[in-house]
Amino acid sequence: MAVVLILVLVAVASVVFHLLSPWWWTPIASNWHYIDNTIIITFWITGFVFVAVVLFVAYCVFRFRHKPGNRAHYEPESRKLEFWLATLTAIGVAAMLAPGLFVWNQFVTVPSDATEVEVVGQQWLWSYRLPGADGRLGTSETRDVTSDNPLGLNKNDPAGLDDVIIQGGELHLPVNKSVKMLLRSIDVLHDFYVPEFRAKMDMVPGMVTYFWFTPTRTGTFEVLCAELCGVGHPQMRGTVIVDTEEDYQTWLQQQQTFTQMMASGETKTVN
Amino acid sequence: MVNIPSSIDDPIPPAEVEDVELYHSHSWWTTYVFSQDAKVIAIQYSMTAMSIGVVALVLSWLMRIQLGFPGALPFIDAERYYQFITMHGMIMVIYLLTALFLGGFGNYLIPLMLGARDMVFPYANMLSYWLYLLAVLVLVASFFAPGGPTGAGWTLYPPQAVLSGTPGGQDWGIILMLVSLILFIIGFTMGGLNYVVTVLQGRARGMTLMRMPLTIWGIFTATVMALLAFPALFVASVMMLFDRLLGTSFFMPAIVEMGEQLKHNGGSPILFQHLFWFFGHPEVYIVALPAFGIVSDLISTHARKNIFGYRMMVWAIVIIGALSFVVWAHHMYVSGMNPKFGFFFATTTLIIAVPTALKVYNWILTLWRGDIHLTLPMLFALAFIVTFLNGGLTGLFLGNVVVDVPLSDTLFVVAHFHMVMGVAPIMVVFGAIYHWYPKITGRMLDETMGRIHFWVTFLGAYLIFFPMHYLGLLGMPRRYYEMGETAFVPPSAHTLNEFITIMALIVGAAQMLFLFNLFWSYRRGKDAGGNPWRATTLEWQTPTTPPPHGNWGKDLPIVYRWAYDYSVPGAAEDFIPQNQPNPDRISREHMS
Repeated sequence: MAVVLILVLVAVASVVFHLLSPWWWTPIASNWHYIDNTIIITFWITGFVFVAVVLFVAYCVFRFRHKPGNRAHYEPESRKLEFWLATLTAIGVAAMLAPGLFVWNQFVTVPSDATEVEVVGQQWLWSYRLPGADGRLGTSETRDVTSDNPLGLNKNDPAGLDDVIIQGGELHLPVNKSVKMLLRSIDVLHDFYVPEFRAKMDMVPGMVTYFWFTPTRTGTFEVLCAELCGVGHPQMRGTVIVDTEEDYQTWLQQQQTFTQMMASGETKTVN
Repeated sequence: MVNIPSSIDDPIPPAEVEDVELYHSHSWWTTYVFSQDAKVIAIQYSMTAMSIGVVALVLSWLMRIQLGFPGALPFIDAERYYQFITMHGMIMVIYLLTALFLGGFGNYLIPLMLGARDMVFPYANMLSYWLYLLAVLVLVASFFAPGGPTGAGWTLYPPQAVLSGTPGGQDWGIILMLVSLILFIIGFTMGGLNYVVTVLQGRARGMTLMRMPLTIWGIFTATVMALLAFPALFVASVMMLFDRLLGTSFFMPAIVEMGEQLKHNGGSPILFQHLFWFFGHPEVYIVALPAFGIVSDLISTHARKNIFGYRMMVWAIVIIGALSFVVWAHHMYVSGMNPKFGFFFATTTLIIAVPTALKVYNWILTLWRGDIHLTLPMLFALAFIVTFLNGGLTGLFLGNVVVDVPLSDTLFVVAHFHMVMGVAPIMVVFGAIYHWYPKITGRMLDETMGRIHFWVTFLGAYLIFFPMHYLGLLGMPRRYYEMGETAFVPPSAHTLNEFITIMALIVGAAQMLFLFNLFWSYRRGKDAGGNPWRATTLEWQTPTTPPPHGNWGKDLPIVYRWAYDYSVPGAAEDFIPQNQPNPDRISREHMS
């Protein structure tokens, strides 16, 4: 009997824990509430199956546990039952997969008006690059990385000269404007992760990866690295501040461009 | 209703080959050490696996102490922490679970359950174990090598695995890790070919494929998969070894490491991930399928009822095995591969849920109208159903590509895979050891110690990993040496982490009781007799227990029925062994 009670308790306590848990996702700050909804659908379907199966097992143990003189029923298989169970399962799975793929299609389709923002990861520091007045990011190459050109920009590409460079500082983004985050690493794998934005993607040296989102509320958010990148992995933090358009413009004016950065670097060497 | 046992009347085929003469050992060394007897090799595999498993257990304690009580043990710095998690993961997946299920249970059960005298290639079988031992020793050696073992995470993702920012990356750690894996795979291949050929060629007369116990179906399918999947890990290991030692650039693009340009160029880190997970996902099922098979037999035997839907169970095992080769990139949804792959891999991944769910249904339908004996193997089987169900269902979150995006690389993933391929298969391992220990030693394991071990392990493990999902949902990333001050992590999350650590210490301690029971019962356990569970399968029908070299005495068994004739209406006993002829049949043969 203890077995029956504990099985029931496992099912009930799991549901109660789920409902009362103070540990839940962070308040969302992006357009990806679809993802949260899909998680909720999945919780309902899987939660129902979990409780139903565990309670069924508990009932079986209660009803059919061994007593002297008992004998099990003999029934090798039932095609009909197995067919119906397979069909119902397939429907349940489709009910989770369909919204999942629908949202994934949105996730991989970047809106054409999204602003490009580059994030560069290195052990164990975040840097950012915004397109300058021309609205375009210049080309870059890991081979071109030097101490005065830490992001490896191509000095001969005019599109890159006005790019805004933020090394190790805070990234600001305007609220309600879609951004395409272009992700690049110059050493190992990293992963740009802001829990409130829901989206994340690995940064892989040798290639440029991306994801897009629209920040939906202003605020300060912590950036973490979500892909093991060596001993400094937990310390690789950063800050994203979502601003109103006005505040964003004010901040943007104070940032230095690639040209300014090279000039100040040269000044330093002269001194 | 299709009546499977009607095939009882199939004619028994004549023996195709003469009974072969086995290698006979002449000394203590060749009997117990360099043994060619699959049963001895099985014990060697199991004891080695469990010994290195204890190391992994202690490592898990250390890492949990760091997570629950940061800084409590000052010698655990970030480097050591990453070395501990890496070694814990690698040992548990490869050197414990794979070795125990295939090398341990496979060696012991395949010949006995199929009515063979031994594996078909006993000498290669022996070599397989010694290469495995060598692989384990190389792995252990890395703890003592300069720089210590690798701390790259068990996935060993380059470039960081071979760079100086990772413990062991520019020292011996990663080299010894890769060499150890290569040795393991060579050794496994020798054993694996043996298991496959023995199942296909070594079965007793009358043991058709569709009469094999599901344990054998699980181990057989897992072995075939392992033979196809491990080569991917093998080549990935060799390529990474070349990158590290010879300066090739298979996985290494142009890199600036700490301000210095490295000589590599043009390689692809994602290529490694594809190779790794082409092995790594089937690996999940290489561990799970033997567990599926074994638990089917445990449930059937201890509920005194035939496994429900045997043919469906066989096909589900085979289909899961096949599908598991086309789902690997669901580990890579946020790896930076072309995101369009997500559509394909999410679909294949969720399709696997259907045959897997059918297996769960058939286990619980076997309990329905059974005669359930709540023995230790049955208790562990029930615990397996609960934990596997839980872990399988959270797989539907992570497999569904868009849901995976916020959850990947968080503690949700850690909780999921521990539940589904850690806790659940280990429940089966325990159930199986309580079930077959009497055959191996002739004695029962102590019941009281067993029950304490069961309740602490089952409930403790559930309490560790169920709440952990919610820390992941909150957004806590995995592989963090310390969380530090993080705005979105409330103090209560740290309290929960302390709770999880305390549970982990308790559950770990319960395993010491289990190990003690193994030794204690060997001398003092209750006498078991030849067939204490009144089971139908052949290993319980050996003339002597424990079975000697050659298993069967003078005559090999002949199989007349499937493995699940429990509670057959009209039969005197509630089980009919596979080698017991049908009374009608005997009389008819006699007349003709």
